[in-house]
Amino acid sequence: MNPAKPLPTNSTRRNTIQVAGFAGLTLVALLTITPIFLILILILSKGLPAISWEFLTASPSQGMRAGGIFPAILGTVYLTFFTTLFVVPLGIAAAVYLAEYAGENLWTRIIRISIINLAGIPSIVYGLFGLGIFVLFFKLGTSILAASLTLGIMTMPVIISTAEEALRTVPQSFRVVSISLGATRWQTVRKIVLPQSLPGIMTGVILGLERAAGETAPILFTGAAFYLPTLPSSPMDATMALPYHLYVVSTQVPGMPVEIQYGTALVLLILILGLNLVATIIRSRARARRQW
Amino acid sequence: MNQRLRGQGLVETLITGAIRVAGVSAILFVTLIFIFLLKEGLPALAETSLSNLLSTRWYPIENYFGLLPLLGGTLVVTFGSILIAVPFGLGTAIYIAEVAPRWAREFLKPFIEVMAGIPSVVLGFLGMVFLAPRIRVLLEIPTGLSAFSGALLLGLISIPTIVSVAEDALDAVPRSYRDASLAMGATQWQTIWRVTLPAARTGVITAIMLGLGRSIGETMTVMMVTGNAATLPTSLAALFAPVRTMTATIAAEMGEVAVGSTHYHVLFLIGIILFLISLVINLIASAVVFKQRSRGERILS
Repeated sequence: MNPAKPLPTNSTRRNTIQVAGFAGLTLVALLTITPIFLILILILSKGLPAISWEFLTASPSQGMRAGGIFPAILGTVYLTFFTTLFVVPLGIAAAVYLAEYAGENLWTRIIRISIINLAGIPSIVYGLFGLGIFVLFFKLGTSILAASLTLGIMTMPVIISTAEEALRTVPQSFRVVSISLGATRWQTVRKIVLPQSLPGIMTGVILGLERAAGETAPILFTGAAFYLPTLPSSPMDATMALPYHLYVVSTQVPGMPVEIQYGTALVLLILILGLNLVATIIRSRARARRQW
Repeated sequence: MNQRLRGQGLVETLITGAIRVAGVSAILFVTLIFIFLLKEGLPALAETSLSNLLSTRWYPIENYFGLLPLLGGTLVVTFGSILIAVPFGLGTAIYIAEVAPRWAREFLKPFIEVMAGIPSVVLGFLGMVFLAPRIRVLLEIPTGLSAFSGALLLGLISIPTIVSVAEDALDAVPRSYRDASLAMGATQWQTIWRVTLPAARTGVITAIMLGLGRSIGETMTVMMVTGNAATLPTSLAALFAPVRTMTATIAAEMGEVAVGSTHYHVLFLIGIILFLISLVINLIASAVVFKQRSRGERILS
């Protein structure tokens, strides 16, 4: 920026520059979303033919070159379920602390910096951490539990920040009225603030789960199994999982039919985008219904 | 207040305590992650010499643990991805915040969100079966599984981060700045480049930093598309050759090493390096963020 440089005075030239510039920006935006279209179309068109009742409900057979992916789907459901069990109460409680209990001081600043850092740590480093602490130190072994705890810590920042944002949208007057009627801080949170911000919190939870369900690196050494002949029977068992299964069928097995690869990718994508869609619907319905 | 003293007080105290513990858990987890990385990674420094670690040969079977090729691989791929993600990410952010009509904005934003949600293993898969073969033919190189393919996909992965943070930064510039500029006779185009963008520059820097963080930390995609050859990149030609990044090395090798071996400790040492890199990037980003709190919340969501 050079303030000494005079602005062009010829207004037609300025308009031409603007029109060309805006056209350029539009083109950039279009080019940016083109790959997403391509990806969705590619996976949909090549993956759909693979999807059948058998593909969704059967176990892999013939060295995974045939059969279905049911154990991987079930494994991802298990992992997501245990991750939820662990991280949702913790994440929401942390958000309640930041939004309702803590003041703005050095302490909360350190908490916020920690949350931002947690969000930025590479997923493979979470994998190392999960291996070090849950698998080896607490001797949980490679198990659904160890993998879920690892995914939970990784997901926590998303849940805390969206839940805190939701809590802060509840008008201050609601709290003032509740406290003035004799309710305690916790009663106010439980009966007034949390119910009012529930849709926002749900959105955050689902976005967090979307992240947990799609991640591969954190579960590589903490709970994911290459192939299991039987379904896991307890949280202490290792499990197959959709994202890891996609990695396995696309890199580790020679002569893999391409339909199975695309089919696995499509099922994973539908799961993730389905969660995304649910979050979007909850958010927009809550916005439309909000009375304040 | 009398109610609190009778019975209710205990519940209140317990719950308040639990909420406080949850509140500080983020600090606890960051600390624990660092402690466990150090616990498993620091022995590497005792078991192998520093000159070995700083050498250019990564060949763990024969105890060569040179980290430079891996560091170089990460640098090449990240640099390439930023070269792609910054112009496209910022361009899209400017378009959404300043130029786009309302309908285009409502259409673009969910798409960017979808892009952020696509699992990296899916992108890696498509990179292998779709992108790499085409790049090999197009550029006439021996294999499409190269730093270039990795950079393209990583660019795609970091674009959503850059778009959403930069767009928030642009949105946060007060309306009056633009109005003043337009009132002085500047065109909208001049206002964007000479008023709005400079006013939002700290947020734009944050956006680029966080995009950079995503690129450096990405694992599955790079492992699947960069060809995983641990050679030290020495020229620009390295962009079109197979490379191996730090993240991919951990992911590819940790499954096969014996717990407690030197190789195992060195892989954790790489984890420490990655942790410290992400720490620095996020500290810089959050230092900027705290000037504008609402922006910080958007980064995480």
